[in-house]
Amino acid sequence: MHVTFSETELAFQEEVRAFFRDEYPDDIRAQVDAGEHLSPEDQVRWQKILHARGWAGINWPVEYGGTGWTPVQKYIYAREEGYANAPLMIPFGVNMVGPVIYTFGSDEQKQRFLPDILASNVWWCQGYSEPGAGSDLASLKTKADLVGDHYVVNGTKTWTTLGQHADWIFCLVRTSTDVARRQEGISFLLIDMKSPGISVKPIILLDGTHEVNEIHFDNVEVPVDNLVGEEGKGWTYGKVLLQHERTNSANTFRSAYRLRKLREQAAESVRGAPPLANDRNFMRRLAAVEVDLKSLEYIELRTLAAVASGKAPGPESSFLKMIGTEIVQAIDSLYMDAAGYYALPYRPEAGVGENNEHNTSLNYFNHRKVTIFAGSNEIQKNIIAKHVLGL
Amino acid sequence: MDFSLNEVQAMLADSVDKFIANEYDFDTRQGYAGSATGFSADAWATMAELGWTAVPFSEEDGGFGGSPVDMMVLMQHLARGLVVEPYLANVILAGGILQRIATPEQKERWLQPMMTGELHATLAFNEPQARFELASIATTASREGDDWVINGHKGIVLNGDTADIIIVPARTSGDERDTSGITLFAVGSDAKGVSRNTYATVDGLRAAEVHLDNVPIASDAMLGEVDAGFAALDATIDEATLAICAEAVGIMKVLTDKTVEYSKSRVQFGVPIGTFQELQHRMVDMLSACEKAQSLLVWAVMAYADGGEEAKRAVSSIKYLIGTDGRRLGEDAVQIHGGMGVTWELDVAHYFKRLTAIGTLFGNADFHLDKLAS
Repeated sequence: MHVTFSETELAFQEEVRAFFRDEYPDDIRAQVDAGEHLSPEDQVRWQKILHARGWAGINWPVEYGGTGWTPVQKYIYAREEGYANAPLMIPFGVNMVGPVIYTFGSDEQKQRFLPDILASNVWWCQGYSEPGAGSDLASLKTKADLVGDHYVVNGTKTWTTLGQHADWIFCLVRTSTDVARRQEGISFLLIDMKSPGISVKPIILLDGTHEVNEIHFDNVEVPVDNLVGEEGKGWTYGKVLLQHERTNSANTFRSAYRLRKLREQAAESVRGAPPLANDRNFMRRLAAVEVDLKSLEYIELRTLAAVASGKAPGPESSFLKMIGTEIVQAIDSLYMDAAGYYALPYRPEAGVGENNEHNTSLNYFNHRKVTIFAGSNEIQKNIIAKHVLGL
Repeated sequence: MDFSLNEVQAMLADSVDKFIANEYDFDTRQGYAGSATGFSADAWATMAELGWTAVPFSEEDGGFGGSPVDMMVLMQHLARGLVVEPYLANVILAGGILQRIATPEQKERWLQPMMTGELHATLAFNEPQARFELASIATTASREGDDWVINGHKGIVLNGDTADIIIVPARTSGDERDTSGITLFAVGSDAKGVSRNTYATVDGLRAAEVHLDNVPIASDAMLGEVDAGFAALDATIDEATLAICAEAVGIMKVLTDKTVEYSKSRVQFGVPIGTFQELQHRMVDMLSACEKAQSLLVWAVMAYADGGEEAKRAVSSIKYLIGTDGRRLGEDAVQIHGGMGVTWELDVAHYFKRLTAIGTLFGNADFHLDKLAS
């Protein structure tokens, strides 16, 4: 039992570290450090830098342009990326629809979609949730009727993150209601957002951001060629995707970065006040989150090691999602409390507060979503109860 | 990077599991715990024969040169049987001090007989006024020619009733909480001036209040250098802390398994209680606590073995987690077992009590969180 890296792995770590030091643009770094949301242009610019280095498809097979890295390399990469506080990839293309297409799609679909996903030439969004289908996703009602060589799609998708910028959407739609289980009769469709009949309506979140949307489909025609895999098997494909999404929600090393920064900040006096490090209660809360985070890091490592030895990642991804998101929220809470009164100004025009303190409360509010999305943490508990504990 | 057990560790785990399966069921354990000495001399002899009492010691000292990971494996598996034999007191506490600072002659006199099971030893790491501060030592040792005289009161001395030798940290200079000025002595429990008030602890083990009243100590019973005993004491308690945390993680897993099993068989309102979502989520929390604790333990043991600046943080981190998540897990296990959970008859209550006692031993969660916060 050991966690030391081999010479080759250490060299790789150096390579990754150098990349983030040299290639991560200062102007983007400044925005991320300040807790700002990136513009779509900056987001795409960063993803194209990764692509140019050949590192856009970390988990993709080599034949589709992926890295072919070992689990240890992926871990090293994730750690360096987190410590650099690099932007999160917009996951919908590379981490979600990409793996579904290369696993279940036709050769034609692979050629048509995968290169543009990897190169961030096309912006994807996710059409899963509906107004009546949140945690109970299998109750979705958006229907796709086969008419000749195309489907006619009608219904509403919601919580569509950054759908206002999207070129394409992948959707779970109902292609049959004559089924024994509600999970059957659901299909996985790729839909061009420019199709006639699609309308996008913003939903403004509690922090005032336009991050999510409601998307209406009114007799939208979708070529049958855009069906991924078999009709009626969409639920199975969608579950594979969600496991990827959950693993990616752990955010271990970004949380490590934020905690380290907070400890540094706590040692300094702000506005002439005594350093927060003198506040025993605050420091005890901070230390408790550090312990949780260290355990998360080693849950992740042990999961990785299991994968490296050939075991499939399973419902453990639910643990990573659950614990990881609780830690994100605990850190948000600490940052907001660290800012004191200066967490209150809302998007001030002129410099108010230090260290972008006004973003601390906005992050706190915005990140309520993390324990809700990708299957709420309560749904994760249901999954573990059923699939791990056998209840 | 590798989290698998090596061949020796796998064999060790297997040998402990077999011992518990074949010779140490719960009723047997209860019998031993309720006996006059609180454990079985035969079981202790078996553990020595199997070599477990020699695991952490160097080959030079007659041991197996086991690593901290080996100890973690051993303790996690012993935990499953709630073993009451004095492994912690003898091997980890007394053995920990002796292997660090005893002379070859002293090792021959005390360490080797301890490994073979002929001699029982313990470490008096606590005093009544100390709460969890290891350096809070009011017991004094003063020179009497070449020899020493010890006066003081040691509290909660684990297996203090059966120990032949009690290792006593005493103040030879400095103030009550100074880390310097502490010297360690091997005190025979039958020495003149030693009196013991012995009792059972809530987890079924034994301890004693040891009073030392003008106890004469020969110079060859002093361990290590004068005034410089704290480093060995501190390192031994760190290792003991990791060991009981490994034991705690083993217990947490047993309690989780037993609780899930029970919830599948216990029927109320016409259905197994495990079908209720409130209970399911609590059991997921228990499993989550096991995952967290096992993962943090692995880190802590390896970070401690590396000996870097993270070593101290590692010990306090895992102890804090056991003291919080572990305690909650034990409480939930009892709660889900309902009325059965609060009976003496069911093993669950006894796992719970040991887990709770571990939460306090060598500093509770508040004590260790405070260290992490500074």
